[in-house]
Amino acid sequence: MASLDFHIYPLETGFHGSSRPVAKPELVKDYGYETFVPFTNSSNNSDEQVAAIAKEIRRDIVRALVEAKSGHSGGPLGSADIFATLYFGGVMNHDPKDPWNKNRDRFILSAGHMCPVLYSTLANAGYFAKQELLTLRKLNSRLQGHPGRDMGLPGIESSTGSLGQGLGIAVGMALSDKLVSKNSSRVYSLTGDGELQEGEIWESAMCASHWKLDNLTVIVDRNHCQIDGRTDEVMEVDPVSDKWKAFGFHTIEVNGHDINALRQAFAEAKATKGKPTCIIAETYMGHPVSFMNDDYRWHGKPPNKEQAEIALNELV
Amino acid sequence: MMSTATTTTMEKTASTNGASSHGFTLQGKKATRFGFGEGLVTLGEKYDNVVVLGGDITTSVMTSYFKDKFPERFFSMGIMEATSTLVAAGLALSGKIPFFASYGAFAACRNTDMLRISVCYNDANVKIGGGHAGISVGPDGATHQILEEIAITRVLPNMTLVVPCDFTEAKKATVAIGEHVGPCYIRFGRTDTPMFTTEDTPFVLGKAQVFRKGNDVAICACGPMVWEALVAAEELAKDGIDARVINVSTIKPLDNATILAAAKECGAIVTAEEHQITAGLGGAIAEYLVKEEPVPMEFVGVNDSFGGSGDPDELMALFGLTSKEIIAAAKKVIARKK
Ligand SMILES: Cc1ncc(C[n+]2csc(CCOP(=O)(O)OP(=O)(O)O)c2C)c(N)n1
Ligand SMILES: [Mg+2]
Repeated sequence: MASLDFHIYPLETGFHGSSRPVAKPELVKDYGYETFVPFTNSSNNSDEQVAAIAKEIRRDIVRALVEAKSGHSGGPLGSADIFATLYFGGVMNHDPKDPWNKNRDRFILSAGHMCPVLYSTLANAGYFAKQELLTLRKLNSRLQGHPGRDMGLPGIESSTGSLGQGLGIAVGMALSDKLVSKNSSRVYSLTGDGELQEGEIWESAMCASHWKLDNLTVIVDRNHCQIDGRTDEVMEVDPVSDKWKAFGFHTIEVNGHDINALRQAFAEAKATKGKPTCIIAETYMGHPVSFMNDDYRWHGKPPNKEQAEIALNELV
Repeated sequence: MMSTATTTTMEKTASTNGASSHGFTLQGKKATRFGFGEGLVTLGEKYDNVVVLGGDITTSVMTSYFKDKFPERFFSMGIMEATSTLVAAGLALSGKIPFFASYGAFAACRNTDMLRISVCYNDANVKIGGGHAGISVGPDGATHQILEEIAITRVLPNMTLVVPCDFTEAKKATVAIGEHVGPCYIRFGRTDTPMFTTEDTPFVLGKAQVFRKGNDVAICACGPMVWEALVAAEELAKDGIDARVINVSTIKPLDNATILAAAKECGAIVTAEEHQITAGLGGAIAEYLVKEEPVPMEFVGVNDSFGGSGDPDELMALFGLTSKEIIAAAKKVIARKK
C-alpha cells in the first residue's frame, strides 16, 4: 500500500514581514562566533570533553540571555549537562547537516521555557550559526521566547511552552515509530519537575506504558524549583520516582550534573525493553553559577551585564 | 442616547483638564495586572469568603498581593490550570468566592471544558483572571500571547466577560466581578499601558461608557486599545472628523443600548481590540448590529495569525494595533457610509 506523504519539516509560516534580526557584530567578534567550529556527537567523546561542551553551552546561554534582556536562566543552565550528554555524548542519533533525516532520533522540549539551552546546544552542534543565538527573543528571530515550529529552526521538532503538552507529542512520535512505521528511532523528551503537576503528563505516561513504548525516554529535570518557590512548597511532586514506576516506567535516578552517570542512564534506557524509561536527573537550578545555584528566583530572569560577566568568568 | 451619568463625568473631566477633546489625561503607564492584584486585596478586606488559587505565576498575575495579605485564604495549586478551575468550582459550590488566575493562554484555553461544564453549566460563582493578554506580552512569544480568549469565554452561557482599559479600571472591575454573582472572566495585560481613567470615571459592570462624544463614527474598543482610540479621535478631529469613543469594558453581556445608539447616531462603527478579529469584541458588536441596525463596520485587531517574540511596542505596530490603524479604519468606514 502506498503512503500519502505530506510536508512536515521545515515549516516557515511564522515570519511577520520585516527582516530577520541580526546579531551585534562586536559581540559576534568578541565571542569568536565567526570562527567557531561545531562540536561533533560521538560516544568516543570523553566525559571531560562532553563536560567542556556543557560549559560552552552554558556560556552561550548567558550571552544570549543578557543580550535578550529577558528569558529563563535557571532551568537552562541547570540542565546543560543533560543536553551535552544527549547531543554530544553519542546518545542521540542526529545529524546537524541533515536535521530532518527520517531516521533521526527526536527530542521534544516539553518544558518549552527552557529553550535557551536547546538553542545553545543546537548551535554548538552546528544546526545554525552561533551568531543567531544573539537574536534570542527579538522580533522575527527564529529563536522565539518559547519554541515555535512556525519559525523553521532546524532541530525544533515542535512548538512548546504550554507546560504538559510536549510529552504527549513525544508519545505520539514514539507510537508512530514503534507501532506504525516500526523503525528503530528513539524519542526523548525533557520535562521540568514543576511541570509534573500538569495532569497531561500523567495521561501521557499512562499511554506510553500502555503501548510499551521502550523507544521513549523521559528526562525529568528535578531541580526542586519552580516560579513561586520550591516544588515541595508550591505543590508537592514527590515521590517522583515511585509515581513513574507506578505508571509502568523503568526509572533511573541520577545526578544530572555527572556526565558519566547520565551516559550510563541513557545506555540503560536504550537497553530496557518492553517499557518506557524515565530518568530523574537531580540538578540544581542555575548550576554552577554561584549566585544562581539552587535559587528559584532565577527561574525566569536573565542576568544583567555585570551578573553575566561574573557568570562568564565562573564558566571558563 | 448617551446616559446622563456619562455626560456629566465627561464634562467634569473635561473641565478639570481641558487640554484634550476627550477630557482624559495620561497619568503615566501601569499594567492592568496590578489593578487586578489590588482589586483582589480590596475584596479580601471586604469579604472573608473571597479565596484565591495560585497557579505558580502569582508574582506575574499579582495574586501575590492577596497571598501576602491573606495567606490563610490563598491556596497554591502549582501548575494545573484545568484542575484549579475544577477546585474553584468546588469552592464556589461551597459558598466561597474563588479567584483563580493564570495567563489567559492557560486560564481560558487549557481549561475550556472545565469552564464550560463545571463552572458555567453549574453557574458556579467562579472568577477567572486571565493575564498576559494580547501581543503586548512581548518577548515570551506566540505561546503566551493569548489572542483567542475573548472568543472562547464570551460564547459560554452564564459567563460575564470584562476587559478593563487601564490600571484604575482593572481595580474597579475586579471588585465588581467579585461582588457579581456568577462565573466571570477578567482579561488583563502584562505590559505597562497608559493610565488615563480616574476614580471618578464611571464604571458599571455590563455598561459601555462613552469616553468621547462625537457623531461621525463610533470607535468601540476594549483594553489598552481604548487609549489608542482616544489618540486616534484627537487626530481625526484635526481632519474635521468627530469620533465617538466607547469603552466596551464588559463584552458579555454587551451593552446593547449604548452600541445601538452609537450605530444610529454615528452610522459607522470601528472596533479595536488586542485579539483576533474573528469572534472577539468586533464580532460581538457585529452579531448584534447586523440584526438591529446594520451600519458599515471596520475591525482593528489581529488578522488570523499567531504572535511572535519582540518588544511590545514593536509588535503592536507590526500587528497593526495602534491609533494609526484606527484612524485608517475610521476614514475607510466613513467613506462607506451611504
Ligand atoms: C500550562 C502552563 N502553565 C503555566 C506556565 C507558566 N510557567 C512557565 S515555566 C513555569 C514553572 C515551571 O517549573 P519547572 O517545570 O520546574 O521548570 P523550572 O522552573 O525548573 O525551569 C510556569 C508555571 C506555562 N508555561 N504553561
Ligand atoms: Mg523545576
